[in-house]
Amino acid sequence: MNLEKVVFGFFIVLAATLNFGFFIGDIDRPELHHIYELFAAIVVNLIATTLKFGDRTQIGAIHLATSLVADLQLIAAAVTWGFAVHVMHLGMTPEITASVVSLSGGALFANVVSVIFLIAETLMMRR
Amino acid sequence: MSAVNDSVLFLVLRRMRAPLIVMILIYAVSILGLVLIPAVDAGGAPTAPMSFFDAFYFVSYTASTIGFGEIPNAFSYGQRFWVTACIYLTVIGWTYSILSILNLLKDDGLQRALATGRFYRKVKNLSEPFCIICGVGETGSLICTTLDQVQMRFVVLDTRPEPLQELELGDYLADVPALNADAQIPGILLLAGLRHSHCKAVLAVTNSDEANLAIAMNVRLLNPGIPVIARAEHAATAANMDSFGTNFVVDPYALYARRLALAMRSPPSYQLVEWLTRVPGTPIPELHKPPTGKWIVCGYGHFGRAIVQHLDTMGLHDDVRIIDPRPTNPDDHLSIVSAGTEASPLIDAGIKNAVGLVAASDNDINNLSIAITARELNPDLFIVMRQSSSANSMLFEAFDANLTMITTQTVAHACLSYLTTPMLSRFIREIEKQPAAWAESLIKALTPICAGCVPFVWTTRINRVKTPALAQALHNVDCPVSVAALMTSNRDRRESLKLLPLMLERAGQIILRPAPDLPLHNGDKIIWTGTREAWNEQKLTASYGNALNYVLTGKSSTGSWLGKYLNG
Repeated sequence: MNLEKVVFGFFIVLAATLNFGFFIGDIDRPELHHIYELFAAIVVNLIATTLKFGDRTQIGAIHLATSLVADLQLIAAAVTWGFAVHVMHLGMTPEITASVVSLSGGALFANVVSVIFLIAETLMMRR
Repeated sequence: MSAVNDSVLFLVLRRMRAPLIVMILIYAVSILGLVLIPAVDAGGAPTAPMSFFDAFYFVSYTASTIGFGEIPNAFSYGQRFWVTACIYLTVIGWTYSILSILNLLKDDGLQRALATGRFYRKVKNLSEPFCIICGVGETGSLICTTLDQVQMRFVVLDTRPEPLQELELGDYLADVPALNADAQIPGILLLAGLRHSHCKAVLAVTNSDEANLAIAMNVRLLNPGIPVIARAEHAATAANMDSFGTNFVVDPYALYARRLALAMRSPPSYQLVEWLTRVPGTPIPELHKPPTGKWIVCGYGHFGRAIVQHLDTMGLHDDVRIIDPRPTNPDDHLSIVSAGTEASPLIDAGIKNAVGLVAASDNDINNLSIAITARELNPDLFIVMRQSSSANSMLFEAFDANLTMITTQTVAHACLSYLTTPMLSRFIREIEKQPAAWAESLIKALTPICAGCVPFVWTTRINRVKTPALAQALHNVDCPVSVAALMTSNRDRRESLKLLPLMLERAGQIILRPAPDLPLHNGDKIIWTGTREAWNEQKLTASYGNALNYVLTGKSSTGSWLGKYLNG
């Protein structure tokens, strides 16, 4: 039982689940997408990206790539939200909500790819 | 070598993980706290807490210690509590990250990886011919200095960092790629450019015979086309190196003993050899005439053995006395078992009527002691001393023996003359065969050219690449060019240059001291000696058509069609 692998797997799956939790719900209803969950998703995704640094294998490279994509999309979602509310003073209209949630949907897709790679890697090691 | 760069990058990324995660967590906790704690408005009434964006903005400028303080309302006490905690947390977080980065940069493994990467790139970008010098002790650094003077580039490898640091501080004309690594490892030699298209030679001049042997073997197997010059202190290693075809094995003791024997047989020949093999531009060494007769050799090591062997071939077998602290059976020579540093063994060996003494032990202080005692007993003795370390030069100069053999210098000179002028060693073998009178006449011809300094020695090869104008002119069979063309100045053809041709090699045959009217052919190789300015002028004459034309015909033209048409 490898503690490092437990931590690695934990953060990857946590990132995917938090992202999914934020994403799920009607795309244009702001009350169904809570900002704290987006915050948690961003933090855990960043931590998961950092954990993936420094791996020289091919699978490690793909993990890092998908993580970076997810980070990019989630940060874009947060920036859109902040910009719309504070700069443009529009509030969370259905259109803005839809933009934010679709960006987080993109991040979710990247996270799911990462989870699939994790599963594949684990299945390759039959012990 | 992108693998080296990649591994550096990966190492950095791995080490940075912990500090980065700490920073992310600290930021997240601070932001979360600020988003939850209620603020106060201008009046003092409690209002909603900051938004996420405001909290992120605040934490950013607080954690980086900028401290704008720009948020419109003053904080409530709850917020202030939290912010105090944040300040200490974030500062600790940043300190940890920065210290991690600094430690990482100081890491030996990383530094070595970076140095290797830099070295590799420097070597790859070399576009001039260069040599690889393995070992920059005294011998190596002497070779480096001289190669730099003749504007040849070199790459340096050594297992110790101190000589490389001295190399960095040294005043060299060109950049010297240097690496602190063991040249015996084949990968390192390849890194240093063994298979580079411009690599011209490898010199194995480390302190250890085994290392030199390993390096010579590596070069022979990895790139047989490159000449390897290796130093061997023991005869067994020298034989080993010869067996797999090392181009030039420098055994300083055998070399010096041979020169000493030459000096005894024919002093002008020895002087000529000295003139041609010393470092150019240094003052001419004085003439030494070691006498033949009874010789005492103190120390029957490698050097002593070589000298005794040469004395034997000169027929002085019975006149040799050997003094050595180890009892050996030296081919029936009369020997005394002693260190030789006191007076009595020297007297027993017959120092009072000996003509010469060789202090050949491997300890400099013992040699000095032997020599001082010997000089007291017999002031007219011709003393030859062996100096192992340049650090003791002041002592040896103060004593002023007739001949001092400095091991490192002998090796360096031999390597340099082989490297810069490979034909020279052949010429020296010819000198050794010629009588003293021949050498004397050559010295007389050289004296006005040299003006007190050791002359330069260079080879000219006549072909289309090296001497285009000359090769072109030689295609004209009806207009022969003779050696004199290369001896005339191209500024004024009545003046001759300060140089002399020593030897001409044509299709395996050699002609010593070719006469000026000897016609030249394509493919000839000639060794010259003279001043540097003469060398440059001669190079110009051989390469540049107009200069050659002037020297041959006396007509200076620009060589253009119009000029040729107008001048007929």
